[in-house]
Amino acid sequence: MDAIILQLLNGLDKGSAYALIALGLTLIFGTLGVVNFAHGALFMIGAFCAVTLQKIMGLSFEQVDPTKTDFLGKPLVVKVPYVESWFGADFGAWLINWQVPLSILLAIPVMLIVGFVMERGLIKHFYKRPHADQILVTFGLAIVLQELVKYFFGANPIQTGAPSQFSGSMDFGVLLGFDPMAIMYPYWRLVYFLFAAVVIFGVFAFLQFTTFGMVVRAGMADRETVGLLGINIDRRFTLMFGLAAAVAGVAGVMYTPILAPNYHMGMDFLVLSFVVVVVGGMGSLPGAVAAGFLLGILQSFASMNEIKSLIPGIDQVIIYLVAILILLTRPRGLLGRAGVMEE
Amino acid sequence: MKMLGLSNKDTTFLLIVVGLTLLTPFLLQPFPVASGGNMFNAGYPDLMQRFAIFGIFAIGFNILFGLTGYLSFGHAAFLGVGSYSVVWMYKLLGYNVVPGLILAIIVSALFALLIGYISLRRSGIYFSILTLAFAQMMYNLAYSVLTPLTNGETGLQVYSNDPQVLRGPEHLDAPHFFNLFKMTDSTKLTLGGWEFTLSAGYYFTAVIAIIAFYISLRIFRSPFGLMLRAIKTNQTRLNYTGINTRPYTLAAFVISGMYAGLAGGLLAAMDPLAGAERMQWTASGEVVLMVILGGAGTLMGPVLGAGFIKYFENIFSKINDGVLHQWFAWMPDGLENVIITISHFFVGKSWHLTLGLLFMLVVIFLPGGLVEGGQRIAARFRGRKAKDDATHAAKTQPSAAE
Repeated sequence: MDAIILQLLNGLDKGSAYALIALGLTLIFGTLGVVNFAHGALFMIGAFCAVTLQKIMGLSFEQVDPTKTDFLGKPLVVKVPYVESWFGADFGAWLINWQVPLSILLAIPVMLIVGFVMERGLIKHFYKRPHADQILVTFGLAIVLQELVKYFFGANPIQTGAPSQFSGSMDFGVLLGFDPMAIMYPYWRLVYFLFAAVVIFGVFAFLQFTTFGMVVRAGMADRETVGLLGINIDRRFTLMFGLAAAVAGVAGVMYTPILAPNYHMGMDFLVLSFVVVVVGGMGSLPGAVAAGFLLGILQSFASMNEIKSLIPGIDQVIIYLVAILILLTRPRGLLGRAGVMEE
Repeated sequence: MKMLGLSNKDTTFLLIVVGLTLLTPFLLQPFPVASGGNMFNAGYPDLMQRFAIFGIFAIGFNILFGLTGYLSFGHAAFLGVGSYSVVWMYKLLGYNVVPGLILAIIVSALFALLIGYISLRRSGIYFSILTLAFAQMMYNLAYSVLTPLTNGETGLQVYSNDPQVLRGPEHLDAPHFFNLFKMTDSTKLTLGGWEFTLSAGYYFTAVIAIIAFYISLRIFRSPFGLMLRAIKTNQTRLNYTGINTRPYTLAAFVISGMYAGLAGGLLAAMDPLAGAERMQWTASGEVVLMVILGGAGTLMGPVLGAGFIKYFENIFSKINDGVLHQWFAWMPDGLENVIITISHFFVGKSWHLTLGLLFMLVVIFLPGGLVEGGQRIAARFRGRKAKDDATHAAKTQPSAAE
């Protein structure tokens, strides 16, 4: 029993990342009708916003500390980060410790700008082109973004740490009445799951309860009519693209303590996220979220030793297998609407 | 002049292709060895073989994507399967490449039949995702559970204690063709300052590539090819006329899978190694790139695209700081440094950036690829000439390359 709960928890954080990326992909597909192969790259750019902030926080100058001496007896030279000297030692250290969550503040404007530029500069011209063209051009863009990041940050993964308060693991089993140490779950993964839940609910609430969201939903259902009513639906859709980019970006930021960011993480997640979107149903937002968590959890169950010994290799292929089964039996996906991209 | 069941124009076209292919070692070596242009020479065996092999891969992919419009994102899987088959034949039978290549074609055809049968139940983006899913599954399995078959991350290779039952004592110790020549055999030809390498491996792949090209030419001109084009243009209409399109698309898928398997087999024939990284989805993306860049649905396009990408992969990744400084030495220092800093983005290790940009530009501005670009330029010249003659040339005839 405890093993099952552990796997369930393990699936949650990966599932959260899938769900967040798939949510953005679906949002873009539902509003603009564009298949965005560069969405994984947006996730990666988000992660590298955190890396950038880490580099900025890490900028330091050398200072002689007269109170301490090194092993030769000379005054010790210590490196002092600029933030500590500007904002005082306490606040500076706090900033450095909390750099990953703080990166969100950097990532949101960056991602919004990237999203707007991408939509106005490139995607706009591909509304009416075939899906294959959209896939190909965004695939090219993904390569470009990935290579740019590789150019500036190198090819090696860069470690970024979670705030020290969250660095340990939580004894989750005790809460449920199991033995201590039975279910250990890193705090940060829990944070990631809660964060993802908040973002997902935020996006749904935005679409459901604001006038803006209502117009967007109307546009998703019937773009032409909304346009005829004198509403500039294109501008709203561009904003939604920016929102989708921001969601992918913050998903990337918060994921950095779980997976050290490297330049090809976007591509790795993109393939899986596409599978998630297809399983959930192209154009269905709840479907994308549900399928994201479902596949994340399935994947972590499949990597249990008991199951791996039963069906060798199942952990490697389970997601694709599920996708193939779904596509063949229910092409509209789990929660997809009838008639949307069924062929 | 009609040959091999081709029309006049196609025969000439084929002969030109054959001539170009056979003369490649000379044509790609336009600069003397000692000159500064030597780094632009591409006439060495390894690179020329890759031109031919990826040419085959792209020609096959084009039969599927160019004719039927089905965009597969998983063709690298067949490339990997082909490589593994050939290396297994080395291990079991001996270093002759022929049994391996035959097995590569058969095995990849079987895989293509299975994957195609399932994937072709859907079209459009769903087809792309399905093929991608299958290829990723095979890639992941090759790395994990199938390690006994694929040797995992190390890659499959021949060891001295392998059975090699057909191998006699007098047989060559590297991939060879019926013990007549090794793939690595080559002779150097020095003419003045020029040096040409005539390699057995290249001519072996070149002959196969010409055969592959001929088959694709026949397919393009056949009723079967017309049917595939009809599927691309309007599948619904075909269905309404009572034609079941599935067998046609499946046949195209299997044929292109066999081409990919053959190409993968040839990769292992040149270098007796097979690794799972050949099956990664970026490799599938690369062949899509080649076909689009050259011109999907055209005969020459895929070959051009494959050559273009492999050539620039080689040249661009060779350009380093020293070369750049040499090139821009004539500029004022400040300007030189600025230009070199900008160039850094595009050459050396980050040449993929150039590739990505090029790819975007082609998809945006030239959906027909290099061939269409060439035709547009040709049409413009022809248009001007026609005006001079004060005749109104009719719509330009489709050229043989189409």
